Amino acid sequence: MRTEISTETLYSDFVKKVEDISEQTLSSCYQCGKCSAGCPMSFAMDLLPNQIIRLAQLGLEDDIAKANTIWICASCITCSVRCPKGIDLARVMEALRLITSRKNIDNVQIPQIPKETIAQLPQVAMVGGFRKLTA
Amino acid sequence: MKLSYYPGCTLKTKAKNAEDSAIASMEVLGIELAEIPRWNCCGTVYSFAGDEEVHQLAPIRNLIRVQETGSHKVVAICSFCFNTLKRANLLVKNNPAKMYTINTFMEEEPDYEGEVEVVHLLEVLRDDIGWESISEKVQLPLKGLKVAPYYGCTLLRPQDIAIDDVERPTIMGDLLKALGADVIDFPYNTECCGSYQVISNPDYVSQRVWDILSSALRKKADAIALSCPLCDFNLDHTQKEIIQKRSDFKGIPIFYFTQLLALALGLDPEVCRFELNHIDPRPLLESKELLRH
Repeated sequence: MRTEISTETLYSDFVKKVEDISEQTLSSCYQCGKCSAGCPMSFAMDLLPNQIIRLAQLGLEDDIAKANTIWICASCITCSVRCPKGIDLARVMEALRLITSRKNIDNVQIPQIPKETIAQLPQVAMVGGFRKLTA
Repeated sequence: MKLSYYPGCTLKTKAKNAEDSAIASMEVLGIELAEIPRWNCCGTVYSFAGDEEVHQLAPIRNLIRVQETGSHKVVAICSFCFNTLKRANLLVKNNPAKMYTINTFMEEEPDYEGEVEVVHLLEVLRDDIGWESISEKVQLPLKGLKVAPYYGCTLLRPQDIAIDDVERPTIMGDLLKALGADVIDFPYNTECCGSYQVISNPDYVSQRVWDILSSALRKKADAIALSCPLCDFNLDHTQKEIIQKRSDFKGIPIFYFTQLLALALGLDPEVCRFELNHIDPRPLLESKELLRH
């Protein structure tokens, strides 16, 4: 994949927005990959968590949006407790999700969940999932 | 001794087997779990955003309810409720500006300043009662039952709310040991089960669950014990599908730790509400002569 880096994306509002919502400093990441190594959902991700952070550092919003990573994250916080640089990656993932969901875009379509499934799911799954994956 | 108790939504419905067994067991151990009045949903998942104080109102409102009863400590059994309440409490304690915003927004409520201590039931068992005292009260030791404690995420992460070592917890294993069970340590005991992804990506959750279950099975576990109703749903309910897909897998019972506690304390198995467990654990308990009728 060809990735174009420009000062336009590098100094874009996007980087600042992610840092503001997550209260994390993206430039702290030195790409050791510890987050991706321990991520329990990485097997299903297009891009690994450390790659998402790299794209976020560079302001490449569109490349992040094309990947399923932030919607596969289960907010288990394993990455955050293991990051040697102390970055709370789970918060960065949340900020990236919020940038989409604040545009009133849902990642999970509630009416499409079968009724039988809804009847079986515990509230903790539904409230948790809807809070993380819908606007 | 009376202790303020926050049940949360799932313990009143799908996880009634966790609540009933916990309340009955704690009574035997001399602690009355006093449900706080007018509690509301805690929000389930803690909001990670720095600019969303609105999501802290629900958990803080519950802590105000606790404060109103004159209590300074609240216990949760659901791991998610524990995590959300404890994190919200820490947030206001460590952020005077956010505390001010939240208090101002909820002007109809008394001010809250982070004075309520949020604990999980496992901590009460360890710190207020102690493994030795529990062991002395055991009527039916869980002899020969090989149980693998599974912690999941929300009891241990992030570090500042963890009830035990983040990577090598022993608290649930210590309880099971006090109850006379053979404790099985397995490498996936703190690995995420996929959590709320079950609503949008059930197949991925199913893969996670198989990784966790097969890890426990390789260590020869008869059953898994846990505390979280979402882990319980994923680990227990999802097995039906896995059994259909894998001819070599016959299912492994999943218990709430409170069910095993009630059983070992000699309580009527009725309080364990085993009929709510998806994989029926009763044949296993009968084979170990642990089910009294």
